[in-house]
Amino acid sequence: MAFIPHTSADVAAMLAAIGVKDIEELFAEIPPSLRVRSLPGIPEALNEMQIGRLMTERARADGTALSFIGAGAYEHHIPAAVWAIATRGEFYSAYTPYQAEASQGTLQLIYEFQTMIARLTGMEVANASMYDGASATAEAALMAVRAHRKSKSARILVPTTLHPHYRRVAVAAASNQGLKFAELPYCTEEGIIPVASLAKYAGEDITAIVIAQPNFFGRLEDVDALTDWAHAHGMLVIAVVNPTALALLKAPGEWGTRGADIAVGEGQPLGVPLSSGGPYFGFMATRLEYVRQMPGRIVGRTLDAAGREGFTLTLQAREQHIRRAKATSNICTNQGLAVTAATIYLSLMGPQGLARTAAASHARTRELIAGLTRVPGVRLAFTGPCFHEAVLQLDRPVAPVLKALGSRGIQGGLDLGGYYPELGNALLVCATETKSSADLERYRVSLSEAVQAARAA
Amino acid sequence: MSNVPADLKYTKSHEWVRTLVDGTLEIGITDHAQHALGDMVFIEVPEAGRAVRAGEACAVVESVKAASDVYAPVTGEVTAGNAALAAEPETVNAQPYGAGWLLRLKPASGALAAAELLSAADYQKVLEAEGG
Repeated sequence: MAFIPHTSADVAAMLAAIGVKDIEELFAEIPPSLRVRSLPGIPEALNEMQIGRLMTERARADGTALSFIGAGAYEHHIPAAVWAIATRGEFYSAYTPYQAEASQGTLQLIYEFQTMIARLTGMEVANASMYDGASATAEAALMAVRAHRKSKSARILVPTTLHPHYRRVAVAAASNQGLKFAELPYCTEEGIIPVASLAKYAGEDITAIVIAQPNFFGRLEDVDALTDWAHAHGMLVIAVVNPTALALLKAPGEWGTRGADIAVGEGQPLGVPLSSGGPYFGFMATRLEYVRQMPGRIVGRTLDAAGREGFTLTLQAREQHIRRAKATSNICTNQGLAVTAATIYLSLMGPQGLARTAAASHARTRELIAGLTRVPGVRLAFTGPCFHEAVLQLDRPVAPVLKALGSRGIQGGLDLGGYYPELGNALLVCATETKSSADLERYRVSLSEAVQAARAA
Repeated sequence: MSNVPADLKYTKSHEWVRTLVDGTLEIGITDHAQHALGDMVFIEVPEAGRAVRAGEACAVVESVKAASDVYAPVTGEVTAGNAALAAEPETVNAQPYGAGWLLRLKPASGALAAAELLSAADYQKVLEAEGG
C-alpha cells in the first residue's frame, strides 16, 4: 500500500501553483554527478510474509548465546511492563510531536525523564536526550567550547580510557568545527589516568577534560582528584558515565569540590534491549548556568492561562528553528521511544532497584573474574576496583579462544587487540545481574577447555 | 512611536552608539529593537579584550520570542560587557539607552570615521521605511 496521501491530481495542482513542470524540476540544481539513480546491491523488495520468514531464520542463526560482552552495551533484565507500556499507541512514536504542547503526556514523560537524569547525575538540568552516548560526548565537547568563554583554544583532553568509538565519533563530529583533541595515556598497571600525567598541561589553555567513569576497562578513575585538578587549571569537566553505575557511585555533580560541569552517557542500560547496536539514546545534564549552551530540547513545567499545571518546550531560542545556523546543535528531535522505555524502567526500578541491579552486576563480575583467573594462562590486566567489567590477559591469542567459546554458545567478551595492541592478548569481559553462578561456572569450564584445546593445537 | 535620542548614532541593524568622554564607544540596542523583540530573558555580552570587526556578531539578546545577534557597529576592542544584564536582562527593555547598554569598545584607529553610522534623523527614516 502507498503511504503518500497525495493523488496525481493533487501533485499536478501543487506543481501548477508554483509554476513547475514536474517533480524532477525541483531537483534541477543538484548536479547530475551527485544523483544516485540506482542502488546496486540492494535486493528486490520483500512482502511482509517473506520478510517475517527471513528475519526468523536470521534470528535462529544468531541463536541465544550466553553473552559476556559489555564494552558500551549492557544486557540487563528489562521488566515485562516496560515495553508493554512503551509500545502503547499513545507513546509509540520516535518523535517529539511537531505541535509539542498538544501532546501533554509525551511532554510530561520527557520532563520526568529529565528529572531522573538530573538526579542520577547530581546536576541541575538535563535535556530530552541525545542520539547515543558517543554523539552526546561529542556534543558535550562542542558545548564546553561554547560555555567556557575564557578559554580560546578549543582543546579537549580525552583519556584513552574513554570508549574508543566515543573518541572516534568526537573527532569526526567536532574536529571540523575547530576542536582539537589531545589523548591522555593510561597507567598500564592500574588501567586509569594518573593525575600526575596531567601536570604537563598546567599553564596551557585547555577548554575541557573528559573523564569516563567507569572507564572502558571497567576501572574506576580517581574522579575527585582529576576534577579538582582540571578546575584548578581553568578547564571544564565533562563526565561520561554509566547510568546504572550511578546508583552506587558518586554522581558527577559531586565530583571533587565543585562537581563536573557537563555529564553525558549512554542510556541503553536503562531498559533498552541489545539489538544489533541500536536504537540507543544518549543523555546530557549540566549546571543551570550553562543551560543556554546545552544542545537539544528541554521540557519545562509551567501553568496555563487558567492556572493549571502543564508542560511545554522551553529555551527554544537556542534551537535551529529560531537560531538557524547559530543554533546550539542540529539535534531537533530525540530518541523518544527509547527514552520512554528508560523512564518507565527507572520508575519501576526506583533508586533501590537500580542500586540492587548495579550491586548485583558488580558482584557477578567479581565472581566471574575470580573464576576465570583460576584458569591457567589467564590473569587480570589491572589492579584496583572495577564496576561490572574487567580486562583479562591470556597467554595466547584471543580470537581463536573466542571462536572456541562461540562454538560452545558463549560470547566470551571483546578482543581488545585492535583497540589496545599494547595490552597484548587482552579480553574485556562483563557480567550483569542476568548471569547466574551456573552461567559463570559454565564460562570458566568452557574457557579452561578452550585454552587447553588451543595449547594442544 | 519609538524613542530615538538625537545625541546618539545608529545602525540599520538597530544598534545605537554613544561616544563617551574618553573616546570609548558604548553600544546597545534601540528602543525599537527592544520593543520588537519583546521581554528579554537572557543577554550574552562579550568578554573584555575581545577584538571585533564592524558587522561581526558580538552579543546575543534573547527574548521570549527569539534570540538575535547584536552586531558591532565599529571595529575595535571590547573594554567591557555589561555584566549586570546577566541577572537583570529586563533592563534592556526598561532602559535601552541607559543601564541597558550591552558593551563598550575602544575603536581601532580610524574605525569610527570608516563606520557607516546613521544620525538620529536618518535612523528615524529607516524605521519609517520599515513601517515602524
